[in-house]
Amino acid sequence: MNNSRITEMICPIPLSDYPEITMAHGGGGRLMNDLIGRVILKAFSNPILDSRHDGAVITAGEGRLAFATDSHVITPLFFPGGDIGALSVYGTVNDLAMCGADARWLSAGFIIEEGFSMETLWRIVVSMAEASRKTGVLIVTGDTKVVDRGKGDGIYINTAGIGIIPEGIDVSPSRICEGDVVVLSGDIGRHGIAIMAVREGIKLEGAIRSDLAPLDSMARDLIREGLDIHCMRDLTRGGLASGLNEIASMTDCSIRIEENSIPVHDEVLGACEILGFDPLYVANEGRFVVILPRENGDKAVEILRRHENGHQAEIIGSVEKSSYADLLMISSIGSERIVDMMSGEQLPRIC
Amino acid sequence: MKYVSEYRDKESALAYTELIRELVTREWSIMEVCGGQTHSIVKYGIDQLLPDSVTLIHGPGCPVCVTPIELIDQAAEIAGLANVIFCSFGDMLRVPGSRSDLLGVKASGGDIRMVYSPIDAIRIAAANPDKEIVFFAVGFETTAPVTAAAVLQAEHLGLDNFSMLVSHVLVPPAIEAVLSGENCAIQGFLAAGHVCTVMGYTEYEPIAEKYGVPIVVTGFEPLDILEGIHMCLTQLEEGRTNVENQYLRAVSRDGNRAAVEIMRSVFEITDRKWRGIGRIPSSGFMLRERFTRFDAGRKFDVGSIEVDEPAICISGEVLRGNKKPPECAAFGNDCTPEHPLGAPMVSSEGACAAYYRFRLARGK
Repeated sequence: MNNSRITEMICPIPLSDYPEITMAHGGGGRLMNDLIGRVILKAFSNPILDSRHDGAVITAGEGRLAFATDSHVITPLFFPGGDIGALSVYGTVNDLAMCGADARWLSAGFIIEEGFSMETLWRIVVSMAEASRKTGVLIVTGDTKVVDRGKGDGIYINTAGIGIIPEGIDVSPSRICEGDVVVLSGDIGRHGIAIMAVREGIKLEGAIRSDLAPLDSMARDLIREGLDIHCMRDLTRGGLASGLNEIASMTDCSIRIEENSIPVHDEVLGACEILGFDPLYVANEGRFVVILPRENGDKAVEILRRHENGHQAEIIGSVEKSSYADLLMISSIGSERIVDMMSGEQLPRIC
Repeated sequence: MKYVSEYRDKESALAYTELIRELVTREWSIMEVCGGQTHSIVKYGIDQLLPDSVTLIHGPGCPVCVTPIELIDQAAEIAGLANVIFCSFGDMLRVPGSRSDLLGVKASGGDIRMVYSPIDAIRIAAANPDKEIVFFAVGFETTAPVTAAAVLQAEHLGLDNFSMLVSHVLVPPAIEAVLSGENCAIQGFLAAGHVCTVMGYTEYEPIAEKYGVPIVVTGFEPLDILEGIHMCLTQLEEGRTNVENQYLRAVSRDGNRAAVEIMRSVFEITDRKWRGIGRIPSSGFMLRERFTRFDAGRKFDVGSIEVDEPAICISGEVLRGNKKPPECAAFGNDCTPEHPLGAPMVSSEGACAAYYRFRLARGK
């Protein structure tokens, strides 16, 4: 294999810009997008990767497979509504589900810090087993490494997964077109606020639980009912705003959403008000958007609402002819504004 | 959400807009002083709802934006020291100094902690007696009482390892600086509701009288701002120049006396340099003599850093309300939230960042 081309490549993010990785490079916003687009994709570019779907769609013989990976580095390891174990399974299962695939096989890679409690490890592994049982995936291969004390944050887990895409299913951002509607599966911002509250010791009146949940059964039902799904995307870091911006940037269209139609729990809204956050940018782990033809919109909402994690599903917007920005929103008082991709991370405001 | 959604109601907003349209007979320019109000105005498109004859000018009321560049450099230098835990509010971390921002110092190994209150920094100091804990005390009269409480707490606990870099600034001198500037076109002000929650609004009365401008203490939700604008325009149309209070649910004329008391016991008034504007007399707080041992500037001997601001950046003009962000040559190309040249592009309350996020067309 000829490696000379790669070694001759110059790092495309000028050193003067960012000589070092900052936390914002992992925040799910524009800086992370830049890093992926200008460094990772540049080095590895190929048609499968360049489609920038939640997972890779691969043709293997007669059938098609989806292949996805996700690394989990969360503090605290156990949080209201979940833990790193369940998160590591659902994260990859959800990415596969967004490709329209039935998740089947997972790998699990553990990087564990010296001194980590064996009992805690066992709790995490049991949670992973439970999550894989619920979603019908098998953890079929794995790897374990231990690093010196101080060189890891307790435990990091990477999972990768393979799923089978049923015949005739083609879910991809490239299919989005004018006239489609955007369906959101539930209220936004729970995961980010739940983690934030625990991590920063912010006491909220009612405990907000993470929305962590598998999305496979909802996605499967949408497909089984024969809806012509153009695109699905699970909303993780960077929240609804970043997810929709990413999707819109891959199409020739703009997306317009209505602020008043986006469900946000009062406790989440309250915490956001205190911290100066916008719920549109707060992380989720059990919510996704479906983009499909307008005539399928109500049916999609009806199907999602049959599920425990989809009972607040709503049509929140539509796909339109390309406008002056990728993502626009009609605000609660009726004016229109751009919803930009987040720059780095959301930082709490002073006042 | 109760006490929030009522103030973001579409029908009421449209009704207020209609009232304003019926009221206005000529052109008026009003400055909203506070960055939080600027953020709301641009985020909710409140200016788009107003008649063309009413111009909103964005004021210097973003504490993050006006913190001078040398203080950011001092903060970065202290934060990079080996034995220091540097504590700051979140949105100060990305403000560019002349060499680096605090997030950059963190990436290079500095122990920088984001805190929500200076009291958190006190807790960290108590838990880490072998480290020096430095708090970056930024903000207007809104945050100053809590900073003052932290100083008293540190004194009470006998914490020798706690100090702060004080950059507290005051609103009334900034309003006077704007009003006494050349070619000031501002005819009325919306004063910052939460600053007045602490301070009350008696100190605005002589300003309204001296300069002949109406000042309306205003909240931050869309309907607060629309009502504040309506009250200000009513005064202008009637030729009155009073201080009025729109933000009745939070502000009283005398403010929060206990908070003011604690603040005055710890701080004394001093001249301060404002980023983009320059030195404004009696416009900030410094620690009183009794508390100088908590002054990080003295403790770490970084007082002499002097730096120039980027020449192309017109943040001073923006902060004084003479120009709007899109009038800057660097806006949106050389200067973006990822690569800010001036502080108003950094803070979410900065006028440039607000315009960039909510207004700048980025088509395909």
